[in-house]
Amino acid sequence: MQTMQLAFSPFNVALASETDFAGWRNAARKLALNDIAPQAVTWVVDASAAKEEETLPEAPEKAHLDVPRSFVSRAEAVICHSDPERFALLYRLLWRLRREPKLLEIASDPDVRRFEAMEKAVGRDMHKMRAFVRFRRIETSNGEHFVAWFEPSHFIVERNATFFVRRFTGMCWTILTPYASASWNGETLSIGPGAAKADAPAEDAAEELWQTYFQNIFNPARLKVQAMQKEMPKKYWRNLPEAALIPDLIAGADEAAREMIARMPTQPASHHTKAQALHWQVPDAHAENDDGNYHSLDAVREAAKGCRRCPLWRDATQTVFGDGPPDAEVMFVGEQPGDQEDIAGKAFVGPAGKVFDAILDDAGIDRQKTYVTNAVKHFKFEPRGKRRIHSKPNTSEVQACRWWLDKELALAKPRLVVALGATAALSLLGKSIAITKMRGEVVEREDGLRVFLTIHPSFILRIPDEAEKQAERGRFLNDMRAVKRLMS
Amino acid sequence: MATLTLREKLAILSDAAKYDASCASSGSAKRDSLKSGGIGSTEGMGICHSYAPDGRCISLLKILLTNFCIYDCSYCINRSSSNVRRARFSVDDVVRLTMDFYRRNYIEGLFLSSGVIRSPDETMGEMVEVARRLRLEEKFGGYIHLKTIPECSAELIERAGLYADRLSINIELPTDEGVKKLAPEKKPETIRLSMAKLRAKIEEKAEPTLRTKTRERFAPGGQSTQMIVGADKTSDDGILKTSARLYSSYQLRRVYYSAFSPIPDSSSALPSQKPPLMREHRLYQADWLMRFYGFGQGEILQGTIDGMLDLAIDPKLAWALRNRGQFPVDVNRASREMLLRVPGLGTKVVDRILQTRRHRRLRLEDVGRLAKSIAKLRPFIIAEGWSPGGMTDKAALRQTIVRSCEQLALF
Repeated sequence: MQTMQLAFSPFNVALASETDFAGWRNAARKLALNDIAPQAVTWVVDASAAKEEETLPEAPEKAHLDVPRSFVSRAEAVICHSDPERFALLYRLLWRLRREPKLLEIASDPDVRRFEAMEKAVGRDMHKMRAFVRFRRIETSNGEHFVAWFEPSHFIVERNATFFVRRFTGMCWTILTPYASASWNGETLSIGPGAAKADAPAEDAAEELWQTYFQNIFNPARLKVQAMQKEMPKKYWRNLPEAALIPDLIAGADEAAREMIARMPTQPASHHTKAQALHWQVPDAHAENDDGNYHSLDAVREAAKGCRRCPLWRDATQTVFGDGPPDAEVMFVGEQPGDQEDIAGKAFVGPAGKVFDAILDDAGIDRQKTYVTNAVKHFKFEPRGKRRIHSKPNTSEVQACRWWLDKELALAKPRLVVALGATAALSLLGKSIAITKMRGEVVEREDGLRVFLTIHPSFILRIPDEAEKQAERGRFLNDMRAVKRLMS
Repeated sequence: MATLTLREKLAILSDAAKYDASCASSGSAKRDSLKSGGIGSTEGMGICHSYAPDGRCISLLKILLTNFCIYDCSYCINRSSSNVRRARFSVDDVVRLTMDFYRRNYIEGLFLSSGVIRSPDETMGEMVEVARRLRLEEKFGGYIHLKTIPECSAELIERAGLYADRLSINIELPTDEGVKKLAPEKKPETIRLSMAKLRAKIEEKAEPTLRTKTRERFAPGGQSTQMIVGADKTSDDGILKTSARLYSSYQLRRVYYSAFSPIPDSSSALPSQKPPLMREHRLYQADWLMRFYGFGQGEILQGTIDGMLDLAIDPKLAWALRNRGQFPVDVNRASREMLLRVPGLGTKVVDRILQTRRHRRLRLEDVGRLAKSIAKLRPFIIAEGWSPGGMTDKAALRQTIVRSCEQLALF
């Protein structure tokens, strides 16, 4: 067979090592540029033959070979695979890439699939090495040194060594494997020849603690042996100090789980009564004496924290109550808190609040001297992925929350209330109002309270056209100037 | 009480931590020790250094600082009325164990949680001290996850975020009613507020500072939470609704579902049975549908009677069977959004299909090579030379698929 194959393979490439990417690349480049088909090439790893005089034809002058950049870096990974066919596969792909530059994007192609499978296998092996290397500590004349024995499935030691350097920079370590070793002395990384298991230390005092941890973090009620073996195949077990415990843990799991379930509840532990008495005897502050008669805004605010008058509390973070001096002359009423307000617990601090603040400033109104609140005090929204989309409170929610707004009005006694938007107007006047038609007007309620009607500042934010947005901002500023005049 | 050895303490305080689901060490900022000359790195993807026979990854040293606790949450092994053995690590113990384990490549880092002793601030203060010593004195660059105590001070949270990769606060149970019933001393309002504050802090620190234009380090791995499944009566729809609320409200990286596990010396208020592992698995799948497959929470269980996920088949297949009118989908023409809804097509496979079909039309065999199994997806797609015909609408379709997939089932 061998001679037959050689007869069809006039080009025999010897590589210096199993991971000799530079050698492969150099040869593959010359072969491809000389138009030598993959069937005519055989690849072997033979360090002594690789040193001999190069027998391949030189690439024609000025000839160049273009491959996707990703092919080179991915091929560097694939060359670490243990399959002897990998060199030929890589050359076949290179050969085909000349005519089919998009080849690597065709995931259903058998060569591409094999290439991907090898790349994945190398990646997985590297990942498992990062996971399952176990260092043992020894004392040397230069201080402590950590040594590990590991058996990878592919030729990954060189490729993986830098990971261990990045992670264990501050210690001296050596990883021994059957085909190569990597060593770090705190300053330089060196790659050496393979070793035997007996070359690594046989024990480490810390392993007893590690086994204790392994044993106790396992929950016998959740036994799932297949899931464990899928991620930690048995071939790794012989070098994992904790794996020796696995058979006994599995064998005893059912018994242990049954015992967990069967063990009947017993008398409370002796310290329990003491802990209860010491920490949990303070009565709930605002559960008591809540007759609905509050004598200050602070008391209402406190009571509103636990509000359950409508279901909106369920999804919101907190009640966002109004804020401002108790003797404020003007009270602004918005619709409901938004995402930012719900998180901060303060009204008008989000994007609409910023617009509102800026315009108040332009109008010469000091927000600190006004009382700012909302018709509805919990945020109503629809979750959409990582965001919350505002939804409009319905009539019964507005109705339920009017209880709080009425208390705020009764205690703050403002001379003027500004309804920002339709929901605020509904709450304050008890009926739907066409804000766009009545904006700028002052409506006097039966109880004599004057209500100034205007839009909600978030309306400005929603206008896409910049010129229109500025125009609307101007109109809102005029409204605020009118409010300022009404205040004095 | 006789003094416990380090090994005894480790046994007690890792046993006490094993009911916690999370062990993730991913999603943080990239970091290595080349500059510091210390020990430790995080490179985005976490590493599972071992697997326990329960199939769960062991990535972090997951321990409690102490299992003494003043709370009496009935589902918790460490509740104050429990007769479990108690122990307490010193800050020194935890720092030493973490470094000793990390140097031997047993772990990616530390996941430290604790029972609450005396006061939330005192307990949290010690946890922060562990993290501080690891970072500053040991020059530790590995992963640190701190479970924060909702009632602790803002100042401690700030310091925790400075040293930790991830912070988490447990929501405990899917509904406030459940928390009130089973964890009477815990306050759902406080838990929400803590998550909100954490989100605000993470967002604040993500902004470059005015003076130096750099970002301050604060929990680069974000925040996560965990809820116990099966200890109360909440339906899967209710659980997923809570998750959707948490993801959208507090920018959580993950919500972990932990099947309620019977605990020794358990409270009589709780089910005494094996943990509902398949239910937990299905919830994770549904969670994935919301986060990576463009499903709205309401869609996942729309049309079911009891709001529960089908234990026999995955939630996407169950959804497709209830929404057959949307199939078959043409793999050579359909949008990414629609391909993601085909049972058996994962996000990676969909991307491969989109990439490949730019160059050639896909046949059923091609899709079969890209996907894990063709049995599940065949009735739902049209490919070059393949149409499922009446297959999609057959009444027995569910049975047929279940049978052909049985060999591939996870359990």
